[in-house]
Amino acid sequence: MAKQKFNIIKSTCIPVAIDNCNTDLIIPARYLASTTRDPKFFGDAFMHDLRYTADGQPVADFVMNQPEFSEAPHEGVHEIIVGGQNWGSGSSREHAAWAISGYGVRVVISSSFADIHRNNLLNCFVLPVIVSKEFQQELFASIAADPNAVVTVDVPAQTVTNEATGNSEHFDINGYKKYCLMNALDDIDYLLSQKDKIEEFEAK
Amino acid sequence: MNTLFDKIWDAHVVNKVEDGPTQLYIDRLYCHEVTSPQAFDTLRDKGIKAFRPDHIIAMPDHNTPSDQQEVINDPVGRKQVETLKANCAEFGIKHFAMGTKDNGIIHVVGPEKALSLPGMTIVCGDSHTSTHGAVGAIAMGIGTSEVAQVLASQCILQSKPKTMRINIEGELQQGVTAKDVALYIMAKMTTAGATGYAVEYAGSTIRNMSMEGRLTLSNLSIEMGSRAGLIAPDETTFAYLKGREYAPKGEAWDKAVEEWKKLKSDDDAVFDKEVTYCAEDIKPRITYGTNPGAGIAIDECVPTYDGLSDSEKAQLKSQLDYMQFQPGEKLEGHPVDYCFLGACTNGRIEDFRAFASVVKGRKKADSVVAWLVPGSWLVRQQIIDEGIDKILEEAGFELRLPSCSACLAMNPDKVPAGKLSISTSNRNFVGRQGPGARTVLASPLVVAASAVTGVITDPRKL
Repeated sequence: MAKQKFNIIKSTCIPVAIDNCNTDLIIPARYLASTTRDPKFFGDAFMHDLRYTADGQPVADFVMNQPEFSEAPHEGVHEIIVGGQNWGSGSSREHAAWAISGYGVRVVISSSFADIHRNNLLNCFVLPVIVSKEFQQELFASIAADPNAVVTVDVPAQTVTNEATGNSEHFDINGYKKYCLMNALDDIDYLLSQKDKIEEFEAK
Repeated sequence: MNTLFDKIWDAHVVNKVEDGPTQLYIDRLYCHEVTSPQAFDTLRDKGIKAFRPDHIIAMPDHNTPSDQQEVINDPVGRKQVETLKANCAEFGIKHFAMGTKDNGIIHVVGPEKALSLPGMTIVCGDSHTSTHGAVGAIAMGIGTSEVAQVLASQCILQSKPKTMRINIEGELQQGVTAKDVALYIMAKMTTAGATGYAVEYAGSTIRNMSMEGRLTLSNLSIEMGSRAGLIAPDETTFAYLKGREYAPKGEAWDKAVEEWKKLKSDDDAVFDKEVTYCAEDIKPRITYGTNPGAGIAIDECVPTYDGLSDSEKAQLKSQLDYMQFQPGEKLEGHPVDYCFLGACTNGRIEDFRAFASVVKGRKKADSVVAWLVPGSWLVRQQIIDEGIDKILEEAGFELRLPSCSACLAMNPDKVPAGKLSISTSNRNFVGRQGPGARTVLASPLVVAASAVTGVITDPRKL
């Protein structure tokens, strides 16, 4: 996965107002039979069975196929998903995070995330931002009123701002993970630097 | 005043990262073919070996066919299974190959070979790793990046979850199983009710529950949002583990049991949340929607839209539209097309005994396709040794080969679009058993009763 340093992301959003959007929906199981992490493959599979009919035709009324939201993410455009509550429940498949990242999304905002998926997003350099239900609903309303509504996610300041209303909320992230995201560092490198402590623990 | 979870967690802390997560030592990593190939790639990219290969066990289960295991016809699935085998050879990891007596679904094989033991920390790139918590371990599903971390360092970085105790008190009624208990709790708590928590199951119902039942209950913890579902080890646990292939033997066993007896929450342990349910309130259950929390007692009706907000109504409507059910409809008596017994939820010997107890002397309904899939080769052998296969055969059922099978549509056992399946698996998500497939979750008893009548059936009424 592309490791990009996080700072301030200012972008329009894709509203995916599905509660309990499980990882089977984010990427159906038949797309898990890959042995690589090809971002294009997983990006194309993102939300596949909601985006396409069984014979491969786009589902016109699904949000990602609507003209206002169908543009592929790039800087300032659709880099943020606003999702329903309990985002990413179910299977631990990291492929769901690869699909989101492969599609080009850098931030997922929701009022709640499933624990495993939340970790997977962080490990794939996609930032999960937890906001209040009120703020989440206000975001959906702002985007419904104007599909070009902009949201700013300021990682250093740990704030998320709905530019349409000017309302802002603080979000939590631990200092270690924030440092990792802002400097594009992996957990595995940290753990490899701790070998002495691990061997010390094993000797006990 | 520590909880069981605290005791095991604290004993595995290698290091607390400043303003960050805990570095936790992992005793056992299980790998399957779907969530591990990219993790092995990470090690190759970094030019490193597996740090503690003797702590790791691998086996394919998701892609294995249940009709024959000579060959996987799907080239993509075949490549995953072959890749796992090659990676295990390269990194020196024990591999239970497809079609051999050691193979099966990881979450069935681990406990039955006593590879999962009380007090351990256990992880696998699979959310149903929570299953192994039933032996009194911290067992959690992880992502592929974390699989790579464990391969490389035998550690993961995790924030400590909050703790929740779920007490079930009293005696389960006839026809009510551990599966019904789990479906009941989910319906009460929702599928996010335990998100952020590690759950411990306690109470007289749990103490009197078999090991197989406990494994079913812990398996379904993730469907309430909890990554871990622990049950304090007791005489039932020890009796189950004793003498199994990888269990400590002789003096080592006695010493281990002494230590394991300390693994319980202290009397004054404080949980962040505690709930209590009454076993007598639980009936055989079924689901009506597209998440496991959308469930009812088998004699209840599908909920109506009365009193729901617009968004709640829209969420329910989309589930019922997919399931082709009506608000207020009674599902008991509704025709089914497919019946599935198996998966890491209900693929153990007790589940086959339960199924056989219902179908004995009856016949499979002609209108249904039934897949009966043991969770491991050991379970399959036990089915044959106990003569259960003969009972199933006489009733018109065929015993298949160990596999994840129809739980998740990654092998040939897929439920066709539009067909209604009644299933002992763990998820009724949209498309879970195949694109367009509709799934009703239930216990082995309910699935068995439905398989002989061809309609959703309360086993107590047969």
